[in-house]
Formats: sequence, structure tokens, C-alpha cells
Amino acid sequence: MTTLPPKTAKKLGLVIDLDTCVGCHACVISCKGWNTENYGAPLSDQDAYGTPSGTFLNRVHSYEVQPPEAAPAQLVHFPKSCLHCDDAPCVTVCPTGASYKRAEDGIVLVNETACIGCGLCAWACPYGAREMDAAAKVMKKCTLCVDRIYNENLPEEDRQPACVRTCPAGARHFGDLGDPDSAVSQLAAARGGFDLMPELGTAPVNKYLPPRPKDQLDHPQTAEQIDILAPYLAPVANSPKGFLGWLDKTLERL
Amino acid sequence: MTHPRPHLDTSPKVSDEVRKTTCYMCACRCGINVHLKDGKVAYIEGNRDHPVNKGVLCAKGSAGIMQVNAPSRLRAPLKRTGPRGSGQFAEISWDEALELATSWLRPLRETAPEKLAFFTGRDQSQSFTGLWAQQFGTPNFAAHGGFCSVNMAAAGIYTMGGAFWEFGQPDWDHTKLFILFGVAEDHDSNPIKMGLGKIKARGARVIGVNPIRTGYNAVADDWVGITPGTDGLLILSLVHELLRAGKIDLDYLARYTNAPVLLDTDTGLFLRDADGKPLVIDRNTGLPAAFDQKSIHPDLGAIHTVDGKTHRPVFHTLAERYLDPQYAPEAVAERCGLSPNKIKRLAAEIARVAFDEAISLPIAWTDFRGERHSHMTGRPVAFHAMRGISAHANGFQTARALHMLQILLGTVETPGGFRFKPPYPKPAEAHPRPHFKTTPGQPLDGPHLGYPQGPADLCLDDNGQPARIDKAFTWDNPLSAHGLMHMVISNAHAGDPYKIDTLFLYMANMAWNSSMNTAGVMQMLTDTDASGDYVIPHIIYSDAYSSEMTAYADLILPDTTYLERHDCISLLDRPISEADAAADAIRWPVITPDRDVRGFQSVLIDLAHRLKFPAFTNADGGAKYQDYADYIVTHERKPGIGPLAGWRGDGSQTGRGAPNPEQLQRYIDNGGFFVSHIPETASYYKPWNMAYQDWAVGMGLMDQPTPYLFQLYVEPLRQFQRAAEGHGAHQPPEHLRPQIRERLDPLPIWYASADSDCAEYPVHALTQRPMAMYHSWGSQNAWLRQIHGHNPLYIPTKLWQQHGFQDGDWARVTSPHSSITVPVAHMAALNENTVWTWNAIGKRKGAWALKPDAPEATKGFLLNHLIAELLPPKGDGLRWSNSDPITGQAAWFDLRVRIERTAPPTEAHPSFPPLTSPVGTGPKDPK
Repeated sequence: MTTLPPKTAKKLGLVIDLDTCVGCHACVISCKGWNTENYGAPLSDQDAYGTPSGTFLNRVHSYEVQPPEAAPAQLVHFPKSCLHCDDAPCVTVCPTGASYKRAEDGIVLVNETACIGCGLCAWACPYGAREMDAAAKVMKKCTLCVDRIYNENLPEEDRQPACVRTCPAGARHFGDLGDPDSAVSQLAAARGGFDLMPELGTAPVNKYLPPRPKDQLDHPQTAEQIDILAPYLAPVANSPKGFLGWLDKTLERL
Repeated sequence: MTHPRPHLDTSPKVSDEVRKTTCYMCACRCGINVHLKDGKVAYIEGNRDHPVNKGVLCAKGSAGIMQVNAPSRLRAPLKRTGPRGSGQFAEISWDEALELATSWLRPLRETAPEKLAFFTGRDQSQSFTGLWAQQFGTPNFAAHGGFCSVNMAAAGIYTMGGAFWEFGQPDWDHTKLFILFGVAEDHDSNPIKMGLGKIKARGARVIGVNPIRTGYNAVADDWVGITPGTDGLLILSLVHELLRAGKIDLDYLARYTNAPVLLDTDTGLFLRDADGKPLVIDRNTGLPAAFDQKSIHPDLGAIHTVDGKTHRPVFHTLAERYLDPQYAPEAVAERCGLSPNKIKRLAAEIARVAFDEAISLPIAWTDFRGERHSHMTGRPVAFHAMRGISAHANGFQTARALHMLQILLGTVETPGGFRFKPPYPKPAEAHPRPHFKTTPGQPLDGPHLGYPQGPADLCLDDNGQPARIDKAFTWDNPLSAHGLMHMVISNAHAGDPYKIDTLFLYMANMAWNSSMNTAGVMQMLTDTDASGDYVIPHIIYSDAYSSEMTAYADLILPDTTYLERHDCISLLDRPISEADAAADAIRWPVITPDRDVRGFQSVLIDLAHRLKFPAFTNADGGAKYQDYADYIVTHERKPGIGPLAGWRGDGSQTGRGAPNPEQLQRYIDNGGFFVSHIPETASYYKPWNMAYQDWAVGMGLMDQPTPYLFQLYVEPLRQFQRAAEGHGAHQPPEHLRPQIRERLDPLPIWYASADSDCAEYPVHALTQRPMAMYHSWGSQNAWLRQIHGHNPLYIPTKLWQQHGFQDGDWARVTSPHSSITVPVAHMAALNENTVWTWNAIGKRKGAWALKPDAPEATKGFLLNHLIAELLPPKGDGLRWSNSDPITGQAAWFDLRVRIERTAPPTEAHPSFPPLTSPVGTGPKDPK
């Protein structure tokens, strides 16, 4: 068993906007690229040109949602990586202390030299956010790019996780969710940011922003809706001849 | 248990060096920072300073490292040793390869240049490859636009002097309603995602019109799940509603479009003055005036009576046509797969935003008639569309309809709408017309591709026969501005209109995912004649990778990867400008090839010298250009104007200036690109804004100010119609008269695109390209194929239930042409009569250095097998091509099928014999 810090000075994490994520996988590959070259063992691939499988710290899943009313089905893209939980079961289950949560910023990491590859943490994580690297036989997980965010060899504007830097739609935001005044906390508050599976008591730091309500054109209260919009389509004339008459009158006023 | 925390270096060295160049993982051309360690590529990220991507990068871009290290890379020139199509080759030297190519090409140039067909696929250097083909003297050159999106480009150019993507962009900073039509997950890639993020962050609304709700359409606030091929009908119904409600911008129409231009009541052509300028009635005087006369106010409504004949403005004809009840929502809704109310609400929402939320920027400007305006007014509705609407046989007119809708709303080149990117706007008349006149041993008489203004511009020989092997610019498809690459192989095989000797292709997987009738194409490439010779005698192919196509070459010229080469992304070609700036860029060898490969453009320069092309040869007979890098810097298209606009002359000149030997280094020092900003006063109303016109002249984009009107009514189309009605010296063949009369309407029309038997083939079948892949080049990538290694056929709920499908099932899918057997998956967010799959995932065994058991080669499949380049016989004794009758664009998305549940086979059908891989099979470990 490994202990968690009673409190962390910061709660660094991600705010991921499900209203904006187009499911392009840019974050997935940028993460793969950075973390293959950096923190710990490379993210390996097996049978890369046959039936491939490999280690990824961040994956995008897509789910179809059928609203209860007679509205069209929706497709939600759902990027998922470690949520850096305050009460991280993956840490407390670790028999060697390899899994730990940093007191200074709340990042959950694996000390690979102490990792025995037992896989308990992956079983304990309810989000499936950890992957055992099949080549290195150590547990891999999102580091929140701990080797970028403080990296003095990078320009200051690049000191953010690779996934955030690369996200074309701007759907990923990085910051201190322990500070209610931070941009990410404000964004989460304004947009109803939610915890993933809060009932599990893991107290995830990362927040998801829900998709905005969709398909107003299909709203079931058809009559009411079209009444609001109807003035915009009120005919100026009912025949081409009438239209040309309207045109003449209107042009005189221009 | 508390443990000592390990020491963690949070400031590790990132790389030895960063080199900045331009991505080529798709056609988006983002700026990239290539991090090198020990001289090898370690990491690729977006370049923050770059105008296209501003630092972000998509999955493809970040996976470039796996493309550069791909085991499928060709290693040396190859000469075929086995039968064509077997994949058996021997490595040869470059000297031998180039001599062999020259020995085939020289006699053709000297005797019959048209016997070379040179088509360049996904080429980003068409101004250069086009020049090479001109210098060879063959009329047979084009790139891939004919099977991609020529409808979008040509409809835009003829209507308003530009289309979407590289021609222009939505005004992301001001638009309040953004509507996408038929946009899959690409074209263009990062700018659309960045724009969507930007407008969503400020609460603007996004509406996606697409049969499939994935990607951009999945994040759209509203989804219009339209039936494929009916977008034009929906758009004309929106036009009907907006006209009927008077929700159109009359002032804009009167000033900037040909709505007030008078039509000759006898001919349907414009009334013109003695100088040939179209006439309008000036509201100040009530008299006819040339459209561009100073201080006039064109009258949208006035008629003009001469000698008892009444000539009316375009706008009268337009209003009468679209006010017709045939375009009412109630009349079109069922065919579109939508409810009438949904169409009305869409129209109302467009009207509300355009007219209730109009915006005005306090930027003063002067128009081409000399009038000074204190503000720039905009109606903040922006549109974007791509292949989903254009890859149909009604795609040209559908794209025209969309442009008409934008123009009626006054949203083109105004704040919040659609904005051109330099060198656009550029109207059709400012483009070349097609050239085709061959002279043995001499260059062609001009550029191959262009924009015909009437029947006299067609590429027909003295007997009225097609001059080009692809039959571009003929009565079958008069406005085929990008050529018809998809018809080259079948026409060459048939010897129709004539036989060729050498087929020379670059970067186009024509024996697989880039062809219709894939199995047939493989047969055509390997067919022999009575004497046992191949029907297409010689095939030269250049690519960086071992594809399905390489197996069909006699000679392979191996290209470099994109990080090992020089390129220019030129204002003469397909540039990377933004609405507020002209921009161009380069690629340069940030790493050195570890194989015996050469950049294709440098190889063409070598061949040009061997063949003594005039434009590539000095007076003393020496080579004018050492390689492509030298060409990029020193070539002048006109005096002072070359491929790159930045740092010309002594390095201080922009656009115009003498060649600067330091130019490439200046680009490298600047991060691989160049940007020149447009003055604020020139930022909108570009076709009519004198500040923009003057700026563009200074940049070398045009030689004098050329303001023009948007062409709601396209007179060249009327010229073709008149020919079909029997007027003029150039007459179509009888069997094409009805088609030309009906389809080449000068005002947008809609007609049913697919005419397969609906009862027998009731289901529409589509493909789209995933965001994380670009054609077959991306789907071999070790990282990307872990994201999209499988491509089931997605089936909507109604069909899923009707056929009793279950997870893991397979289906037999049959079109009038062929049938395939493929895995299926259920998808609810899908038009109820449409099935679809990802494009270009399926692979042939032996290609791309993949193992034979790779899922792409066992379960992956192409819809291409179901699509023929010819439509099924109609019983009239003729075979009609599966393309747009105006431009010849391949009508991929007209495919209709029927599906049935079937027992799972061991592999997807059809399957083809494995190719012998000239590069072996990839390693287990990618690095």
C-alpha cells in the first residue's frame, strides 16, 4: 500500500470540452510522440506492420447517444487519460510505492525503476487510464507532461502538456483546478464541468465540459418554434409578379 | 507506506536542434517544428508562427516520424523483371533509370508528344509539373482534381472567382452562424478545427448538413442528415424561402453581382456596350451603362426596351425561377429526407442571423466605381462545403447553388461571411483557357488547364475529336478545369480517342483506392494486344512508398519523403494564404535520405535537361536549373515573378523582384514560410475594393486592377446551351445536345444525380476519410493504423433492424457494377438510407510493407470495387460516364447498392493475389 499526500499545493489537470472535441486524435498521437522520446520507457508498439497493438497514454473513444425524445442520435468524442484523482486508488493499491501522487502539484506518476509490472494499479483504476507497456513491462500513464510543464529548455508558452499544445479545436485546457480563480476553474464553473463517475469517490482533478444542447431545429415543440421564427419567412409577395412589385417599392427606398 | 520520492528531472533537454519546414501528411500544409536527436527525427510539433496552423498539429502531422521511417519507403530506382502487376523488380542505378525513361520519352516528343500521358496525382507543384508537361509538348497533363473536387473549384471560380479551402475561408472572427455542407473530416484539416473551436468559444452556432454525423458534424449544434445528392435541392428551397420573404441583400446584389445585368431577350446573353462590357440600367439616369462606369447605381429591377424588344435584368429571371412552387419546402422535403418544417427553420435561422444580427466594421474603403464607404457591413452567416456536395453528377450545379445562396445573402467578402485568400479572388476570365495544340519536338502552345468561355475553347481537333486522352474540355464535360485523371487508364486501354505509348504517373494510387472499377483498372494495366505487347506499352511511376500502384510500373522513380526534399507552396499554385495575408512556404531537406532516392521534381528537371526542353536549357545547351531548389529560386514565370514571393531582389522586395540567391535561406531563417499582410482597408470586398486591387497588383498577383461582378448567371454556360440549340459554328454531337441544353443551365439547377434503379439498389453508399489519415499514405502509418486499422460498413438503425444484423456480422453489398462482402457495424447517427465506411483503409496483400495478415489486407475493403467509371447501359446504345456532365468530376458519391446479411467469410471479398513486395515486410518494432 502506498499513501497519498493529505493535500496537494496545486491540482494540475485538464479540462476537456466535449462540445468542441471533433475526435481527430491529434492529442493521442502528439502524446505518443512526446512520451516515446521522454519520461521513462518509450511507448512501444507490437507487430507494428501486422496486427498492431501499442501503448497509448491517451485515447479517444466515441459513443453514440440517443436522446430520449424523438431527436437525432448524437456522437460524442471522449478523450480519456489519467484524471489525476485526489483519492487515487491506483496509488494506494501499489505494493512498491512506484505509483505516487506529487504533493506539490497533484500529478500522479509511476516511478518506473520501482515498478514491478504487477498491474494492480491498472485493475484499481476505474477509468482504464493505465497501460502496461508490453516491451518495457512497466506501467505507463499520463504524466501531464511533467517533463514539459516545468521545462526550462522550452519557451514558456510551450510549457503545457503536448496534448493541449497540439489540440486543433482548442478543446483541451491545462491549469490548476485547485485555484478557483484559474482560467480552467473558471471555465469549468461557467460550462458545468463535471467529474467522471463521481460516485466512485476518486475525486478526479480533470474535468469534462458537457456538450451543449443540440438539435434545436428538431425540437419537438414544432409549432411553438416555427412561430418564433415565422416572421423571418413572412412572404413579401405570393407570386413572381408580386415579388417584382415588392422589389420596385423596396428599391425606391434604398 | 511512504516512500522517498524519486528525483525527477523536469527540465530534460528536448532535442539537439529544431528545423522548421512544411508538413505533407495531408494537403493542409501546416508549419512544423522537426526536433532532431543525433541527426534523426525525434518529435514533430506544430509551428506557432505559421499562418495555417498557428502551433497546433493533427494526428497525421505528429505521426510524420512514422512516415519518414516507414518500411514501405522505396529505396532505389526499380526496373520491372516479372510480369506487370507481379511486383517483381530489380534495383537499377539512377543513370540507368533516367536513360531508360529518356529512351522512351525522346522519340515520343520528337514524333507524337500526345503519346505521353503525364498525370500527377496529389501533386503540390502543379505550376512546375504543368510547365514540364507543356515543354514536353503533350496535351495530356493534369493532377487529381478531376476525381477529387473540381466541381467545387470550377463552380466557385465561374460564380465568384474562388471557392472554399485554399481559395478562401469563413470569417472565423465575426461569423455568428456557420453552416457546413458535405464536409467530411478533412479539407481543410486544422484550420476548420481551429475555426470551430474559435467560434464555439464565443457561442456562435454551427449547423452540419451531412448524411453522416461524425467529426465536425458531431460537434455541430444542429445536424441536417440529408439524403446524399440532394443538397442542391435543399439549397434551392432555402433560396425559395429567402426570396419569398425578401430576406436577400438587394444593395449588395445591385452593386457587386450581375443581378442587374441586362439579358438579351433573344439570346440569353448579356447586353454589352461597344467595348464588350455588360450593361446595366443606371438608377441615376435610367439609361444603360457599362457595369463598371464611375458613380452609377445599377438597377436590379429596371427593364430596357429597344426596337420593341424588352430586355430584363438577370435578377428577374432568377426570382421567377426560384419563386416557383417546385422549390417550396413541402415540394422538396421528402426527396431530401427532411421535414418541410426543418427546411423552413433552417431558412428562418439564416434570415434571422443575416438580417437581425448584421455587423458593421468602422473601416472606410473605396469601391471600383469610385464610391467611398465609411463602414464595412456584413451579414454574419458563413458557409463551407467540400466533396460531399461536389462528388456527384449534379455537383457543379449544387456548388453553384450554394454560392448563389451566399451571394443572395450578401455574405461573400463581407464581415462574418466567406473571405477570399490571395491570389483569390480571381474570376474565370482572368484564368487561362485550355491549350492543346501539339507540334512534334516543340512545347505545347500554352497551359493545359483553364476555364473555357464558350464552345470555341474546347480541346477538340479539326475533326471535332477529343484532343486529350482524358477527353477533358469536350462536349461530354466542357468545363473540366482539372482534367479527368480517373479516365486516363480506361481511355488509354481502349485507344479512345487514341493510343498512347507512355503513362507517367506521380503520387496517385490508381491501381487501388484512387480508381473506380479497381479490378478493371488492374486488368487494363496488364492487358496485352494480339502481338503479346502490353496495351499501354510503358508505365513510369514515382512515389516515395511501395503502394498497390508501384506493382504496375515498368520503371519506378523513388521519391523522397517530405522531410528529405525541397518544395515550394507557391502563390502560382495552391498557396497557403489567409484572408488577411498572402503567404507561401517551402519544404527543405531537414534530414538526408538514407536511401538512393531523389525528389521527384529534381528528377523531372534532370529529364527536362536530357530531353532539351527550351525552358530548362540555357543558350549554350547547359542545364538551366541544377535541381528543384535552384528552380524555386531562379525560375521567373514573368520578369520579376517566381515561385516564391518573399525576399526577392536584394531581399527587401515582396511579390515582384529579381531572383535572390539567398531566398531559400531567408525562408529557412523565417521558419519555412513567408507572410505579407493585406492592409486593413483592403481586408473585405476584395473584388471591388480598390485598395485590395492595388495591393494585389503590387504583389504581382495581377498586372492591373481587375474588379468584376459575381456571376449569378454564368454566361459561358449559356454559350454552350446556345450551341446545343443549334447556334454558332461549334456544334455538339447530336446525342449530347439534350444533356448540354438541360445541364449547362446558366442559373443553378438541381437534377437527380444517381439514376441507378432505385428499387433494386435502394441504399446510398459513401466513404469519408478519417481525420487521422490521408489516403493510403496515412493508413500504412504504424501509429495511425492503430487508430483506424479497421473499416466496417456502418449501417443505420432502420436497415440494421430490417436485415436482422448483429454485432460481428458481415454483409454482401451489391451495386450495378459488382459486389463485395464486408464486416458491418451499427450506427444510429446516420441518414436512414445511407451506409458508409472509411476511405482507403483496405490494402492489397504485399503492398505498403504490411504483413499479409494485417487487418487492412484481410478485413479491410474498398467501395471502389462497386463503382464503375461508366454508368450501366441505358438501352440507348451509348455508355455514359459516371461523372458530372459539366466538369467530368468523378461521381463517387452517386453510388447506390443493396445489402444482404451473409455468412462471415474468412476474408473480405474481393481479394486479389498478393503482390511481391519490392521492399519486403516491415519489422515487428517500428523504430
